[in-house]
Amino acid sequence: MAKAAPRPSASAQPAASLNRNQACWLLATAIFTLGPHTPYLPAWVTALCLALLGWRALRLWRGQLPPHRLLVMLIAISACAGIRIGFGQFFGKDPGVSLLAILLCLKLLETKAARDIRVAVLLAFFLQLSIFFEDQSLPVAALALCATLLALASLLALVDTDASTKARLRTSALLAAQGMPFMLALFVLFPRVQGPLWGLPADAFSARSGLTDSMQPGSISRLGLSEEIAFRADFDGPPPQPHQRYWRGPVLSEFDGTTWRPASAVTTTEPSYRPSGRRIDYRLTLEPHNRTWLLALDFPAAGLQGIRYSTDFLALTIAPVRQRTRFDLAAYPETWVGVVEAPGVLSAARQLPKGSNPRTYDLAQRLAAAAGNDPRAVLERVQNHLREAGLTYTLEPPLLGQQAIDEFLFDSRRGFCEHFSSAFVFLMRAAGIPARVVTGYQGGEINPIDGSLVVRQSDAHAWAEVWFDGRGWERVDPTALAAPGRLDSGLSAGLPATEARALAMPDWLRSLRHRWEAANNAWNQWILGYNPERQRDLLARLGLQKPDWGTLATAMGIAAGVLMGLLLLWAQRQHQAHGPLQKGWASFCHKLARRGLARHRWEGPADYGRRLALARPAEAEELRGICAEYARLRYGSGASAEKIRDLQQRITKLKLK
Amino acid sequence: MSASALRRRLDRWLFRVGPVEVAPIRLKQRRIFVLPTGSGIAFALALLVMLLASINYNLSLGYALTFLLGGAGIASMVHAFRNLLGLSIVPGRSEPVFCGESAVFRLALQNTRSERRPALLLRAQDGATCFEIPAEDTIVISIPCSTEQRGVLPIGRTVLETHWPLGLIRAWSVFVPDLECLVFPTPEAFPPALPGAAAGQRQGLRSGGSGDDDFAGLRQYRESDSPRHVAWKVLARGGPLLTKEFTGLQGGDVLLNWRDLPLHLDEEARISRLTAWVIAAERAGVAFALTLPGTALPAGRGAAHRHACLRALALHGNRGALHG
Repeated sequence: MAKAAPRPSASAQPAASLNRNQACWLLATAIFTLGPHTPYLPAWVTALCLALLGWRALRLWRGQLPPHRLLVMLIAISACAGIRIGFGQFFGKDPGVSLLAILLCLKLLETKAARDIRVAVLLAFFLQLSIFFEDQSLPVAALALCATLLALASLLALVDTDASTKARLRTSALLAAQGMPFMLALFVLFPRVQGPLWGLPADAFSARSGLTDSMQPGSISRLGLSEEIAFRADFDGPPPQPHQRYWRGPVLSEFDGTTWRPASAVTTTEPSYRPSGRRIDYRLTLEPHNRTWLLALDFPAAGLQGIRYSTDFLALTIAPVRQRTRFDLAAYPETWVGVVEAPGVLSAARQLPKGSNPRTYDLAQRLAAAAGNDPRAVLERVQNHLREAGLTYTLEPPLLGQQAIDEFLFDSRRGFCEHFSSAFVFLMRAAGIPARVVTGYQGGEINPIDGSLVVRQSDAHAWAEVWFDGRGWERVDPTALAAPGRLDSGLSAGLPATEARALAMPDWLRSLRHRWEAANNAWNQWILGYNPERQRDLLARLGLQKPDWGTLATAMGIAAGVLMGLLLLWAQRQHQAHGPLQKGWASFCHKLARRGLARHRWEGPADYGRRLALARPAEAEELRGICAEYARLRYGSGASAEKIRDLQQRITKLKLK
Repeated sequence: MSASALRRRLDRWLFRVGPVEVAPIRLKQRRIFVLPTGSGIAFALALLVMLLASINYNLSLGYALTFLLGGAGIASMVHAFRNLLGLSIVPGRSEPVFCGESAVFRLALQNTRSERRPALLLRAQDGATCFEIPAEDTIVISIPCSTEQRGVLPIGRTVLETHWPLGLIRAWSVFVPDLECLVFPTPEAFPPALPGAAAGQRQGLRSGGSGDDDFAGLRQYRESDSPRHVAWKVLARGGPLLTKEFTGLQGGDVLLNWRDLPLHLDEEARISRLTAWVIAAERAGVAFALTLPGTALPAGRGAAHRHACLRALALHGNRGALHG
């Protein structure tokens, strides 16, 4: 891989091997570039990179020569083999990034010629880009920017071996600062296309945390501690009350004794209900979850752009959400849904596996009989039973066996929302009333900084719907029976005090988090979420209606031309020695130049003075005196600010007739 | 059209390289050129790949990084241009050399800006020198060039270039400074002994090296006297600057004549031998005269005489007459 520079005498760099200083810059670049990658690389790749960098640092410290090429080759080949085995393939995003990381470390090990450094710096640029596959947050962007500055400084160290560290950093920062306006112009104007341009590798979107399309004991409490943001909502009017914030996810009707699964639902372009009541307009910014459900507020309005409606009142996107996406949505929380429901859906909502949870089944039978089989009365009795059974809401429910609902209701009496909802739906079904589990998110927290509602994974929730003849599906939240605080104030309010303390956050930390998340939200909306639609909106606001590629190219050309012109103006500006002495002398020369006595470039002050004296005998004394004084102050010793000021005054007072 | 003719035409038309320029040469905007280097092209290709990746994976920050690097690359072009802008080049001196030795051209470069100008490279003919100029300073750069024939060697097409700051862009300027080096002929390696002195004065002949005859006395020092004959001891005792005279050389002038050389020698061989003899005679301290076809230098001695003789030999046949 290493080759000597082709024309050592003709290139501006000395052909000698890499010096210590250049190697240090490169090492720093590699550390900053690879640092953010460590959580995403396989452990062995991270370890190998660390070992190689450490080895490089050690060699640098001891001033040793690069290791033998065969050894480097051997490491490279075994690393490639490791990647092939570890990932099962060579092509694709993840193996590619691992390969790049190892290549960079190996390249660092064998940097001998200028060319090696340039290759290493290009590899570093690729790696700085590829971290954005995993994480595009503010801190990672800041780290990548640092790494970019260091990489530029490495290139500087290659060309200009004598500059100080400070000068190098200053020059690279200046280059980046001058590149910034170009970046802004191109970022705004470069035509955005909705990727991908070609088929993405299969591993482009790995699994994300979040709701799944089935529920079993533990599947939601698993999310309870995750502070990751699921989505944000910005309301046009006042946000709905906490107990109205039910964000609908998968509706689960099929139960096999342990796991709840969705029944097959039909999707249509129009909802199966007629929206009525109050309308709430809002924008939802959904974090990628690689699913099609939208987690809209109950119940989505008709006629929303690019959205399909399922018969269980879920709003769905056409393709899985694989990047942070904004949706303009509206909800009618007071709508009655499913007043006329298909018999198949109702019979599925009464289904129970035979012999499952017999104790609960018996309890339901007894409650139904006591209520005289009136659905409303049965609901009341079931709710009363759950409220009074001494059930505890907890994030750490005990492990349950095959008859999970029986064990929860009669033995352990400790559970999270999935236990409550599944027990409630089981009881209702056992009493012959159609009921089903609905999963999704409940609640959310208003960020006081930017007013948006932030919903986290820990807000994941499961509730129930019961069908009544003439009313349709009605929401019942069984968890609220045992933990009423859960609805209004979030998870920690619903938990027992000992568990809540672990989740509680001091106020200052909470406010800090609010600020941080508001900044992140702005970053997400304006930088990361800058997509074809946003570009169209922004350009329309700038007066470019429906620009085509040609218009955008022209605009880019004009912007680049203007910026280039500004840079050239900057370059033309000469920083001459602008001391007061020089200024005074320049004004003196200028004064005489207007009288046709310009100083020649090669003329020293003494010669100039003599020529002036000959040309203007009337002022000979003064002219020669000024020239002599200037020469004394400029080249002699004993120049003081006072003397310079005197000379300046003499020059100012000089009147040429 | 040959490559060199093409180069000349390109120089005239594109780089406006004309005749020798009168000092000082000031690098203005119009005579500085910029083009990407090989690594600049590699950088641009890498950016293209990064842009494609950003489009394909919808990486907003990928776009940002790519455009930032692109902008920095463009800024580096202006930096490279600015690194040369406003420099003044004043031709210095170059000492005569013998053919085969390196001719050293000296150019003074003046930086009036209050910033240093790093990573500059000055190239002329086959010589190149890397240097930097501190802020508000003037430095003298020597470019060693190999010499292949006697005569006047003009510095010719000279290139000042820089790859600063990132090595992605090469900025350069071409000019022809008013500077030339006199190249003396190569002396013959093992010349025969100096020819005899003028007729009837044969006792003055010495075969070079040790030819100091009987000491005759001291006379007033003249500027053309060889330092070898200065009476240093007298000077050291605080006396005046005097020159020692030797009787043996009185009237024993050596005549170095083109026509006296063996007939089988060609022109360059003759020049080469005469050159060797001039050096030997000067070293021996004998007065010598040189006669070439069309030129005759009367007998004399000292550095100036030696220089005049060597110059006549170098330029014999109007080799590389001034300004080509």
